[in-house]
Amino acid sequence: MIQVKDLRKMFGSKVAVDGVTFNVKRGEVLGFLGPNGAGKSTTMRMVTGYFNPTAGSVLVGGVDMLEKPELAKSCLGYLPENAPLYSDMSVVGFLGFTAELRGLYGAAKMKAVDRALDTCFLDSVRNQSVDTLSKGYRHRTCFAQSIIHDPEVLILDEPTDGLDPNQKHEVRNLIKRMGETKAIVFSTHILEEVEAVCSRAIIIDHGKIVADGTPADLKRRAPGADAIHVVIRGFAGSGIRAELEKIIGVEKIEPKSCDDSSFSGRVLSTHKIKPSELALEIAALVSAKSWKLEELHREEGRLDEVFRSITRSDVV
Amino acid sequence: MSSTKNIFAVFKREFFSYFNSPVAYVILVIYLLAVMGFCFFFGGFLSTDDASLTRPFFMWHPWIYMVLAPAVGMKLWSEEHRLGTMELLMTMPISPWQAILGKFFAAAMVWLIALTLTFPIVWTVSYLGEPDSGPILSSYVASYFYAISCLAVTSAVSAFTRSQVICFIISVAICLVLTLLGMQQVVDAIIKSLPASMEDTVRFISYLCFLSHFYDMSKGLLVFRDILYFASVITFCLMITHYAIQSKRA
Ligand SMILES: Nc1ncnc2c1ncn2[C@@H]1O[C@H](COP(=O)(O)OP(=O)(O)OP(=O)(O)O)[C@@H](O)[C@H]1O
Ligand SMILES: [Mg+2]
Repeated sequence: MIQVKDLRKMFGSKVAVDGVTFNVKRGEVLGFLGPNGAGKSTTMRMVTGYFNPTAGSVLVGGVDMLEKPELAKSCLGYLPENAPLYSDMSVVGFLGFTAELRGLYGAAKMKAVDRALDTCFLDSVRNQSVDTLSKGYRHRTCFAQSIIHDPEVLILDEPTDGLDPNQKHEVRNLIKRMGETKAIVFSTHILEEVEAVCSRAIIIDHGKIVADGTPADLKRRAPGADAIHVVIRGFAGSGIRAELEKIIGVEKIEPKSCDDSSFSGRVLSTHKIKPSELALEIAALVSAKSWKLEELHREEGRLDEVFRSITRSDVV
Repeated sequence: MSSTKNIFAVFKREFFSYFNSPVAYVILVIYLLAVMGFCFFFGGFLSTDDASLTRPFFMWHPWIYMVLAPAVGMKLWSEEHRLGTMELLMTMPISPWQAILGKFFAAAMVWLIALTLTFPIVWTVSYLGEPDSGPILSSYVASYFYAISCLAVTSAVSAFTRSQVICFIISVAICLVLTLLGMQQVVDAIIKSLPASMEDTVRFISYLCFLSHFYDMSKGLLVFRDILYFASVITFCLMITHYAIQSKRA
């Protein structure tokens, strides 16, 4: 549904987005991650046709955004960053206006507005003026605007920003549910959100894609992912650590506590050996020596570790 | 036609936003007070026997529009930039031209209402004497075109800035220049201070400004040429608006 190719954007001589390429199919939810100023919003603005790219192409629903902007925009819903709204309108008035721009009039418009109000839990404020709404409600109003025409493609720039925990949960579920039939791209700084909702995630840094894969793929790239955590009780003078180091494929041992008769810590494998095989090796060693195995499990990488290790460079 | 529908949707939103806030009412009241005040105190309206409206009533309009038209138009695009709603509007399936026209028509509608509200004066005069309705009609048309030309200038300026104050000041300045350069006294003074060879240039520039066309039209010579002039000024300003909007997205 969304095909983005070699997208570039320069502001003056500054490169904000530098050759971004990705595709999103129907039924996919793509999470956009990256540090502040990485170029997430700029990319989304080009995909939605707000910014003209310096180079590259954007196809939405097979329609070129540069050649037929109106047609391409018609199958797209967009929630801009910071949820801009016309402050002098009521919530219903605002949604009605956006429905009209989407080509919905009369009964169809009423139905669309009611449905959006319902989906975003805005019924209680429907006639309230937008500039007296709280931040979360403003955000939800703008979100309602993006789904008013039930678009096939949704671009959401930080959709859960400013929402309370309950609403965050609702919006995540909503995105997940809509993601089954639509193509969705959303950016966020909340990494659990990515794991909870996305079928794929892209990490972008300095305008370039630095990682692209399912959340599980990405987690595997964390330093220390797939390490085996073990707690072994042996006998005095067993030298558990030394024995563990002898196992083929062990790269590094990171003990948490290690003394004469016991060991607790992580065993990291070189990537030549599968983590499951390493676990078996360790178990075999333990039983051969008649030690006791108290704990053994494979550690999952954490997304924030991946994020930090990949996008580290600009912190320094 | 979806394009007319889109223009109308933008028009409706913009128009009601004028009347949802005090802006439109304040401006309408000030406008009415101003036209009547100028007319009675400086126009010698009651002392002229022929009860002719055209001179005393309409001659001050350009000066009023110079200030009030930018006050109406200053929010057109600067507000959109400031709130960030530009991003919403420009990602809707409408073309920038539809948005520009819709907004411009809404502001122009405010002026149509303002002029309509001056009808009681015309009615009074018709009651007192027997004024010529031809010049009155053409003065109204001239006055209206003057107002919306100032509005078009403001629209163009507002597309460049997110600050309404800056937009207002610059627009008033431009309208002031476009009005002053059309005044005979100003033109004569400029010609005197410049070498003689410049005279034609100055007269030409003066001809390009608003005021002479306004007087021609309000004299009752409802000239097609002058309407064409104002129409092209408006078109030109709206094209600049379009350019400004597009360049912010480039
Ligand atoms: N209109 C603009 N003019 C000049 N530079 C801009 C403009 N918009 C964005 N930039 C620059 O482009 C870069 C990318 O900005 P962008 O808003 O895309 O970041 P982001 O990834 O969305 O960050 P955040 O997580 O803070 O939202 C930044 O360095 C920013 O300063
Ligand atoms: Mg952003």
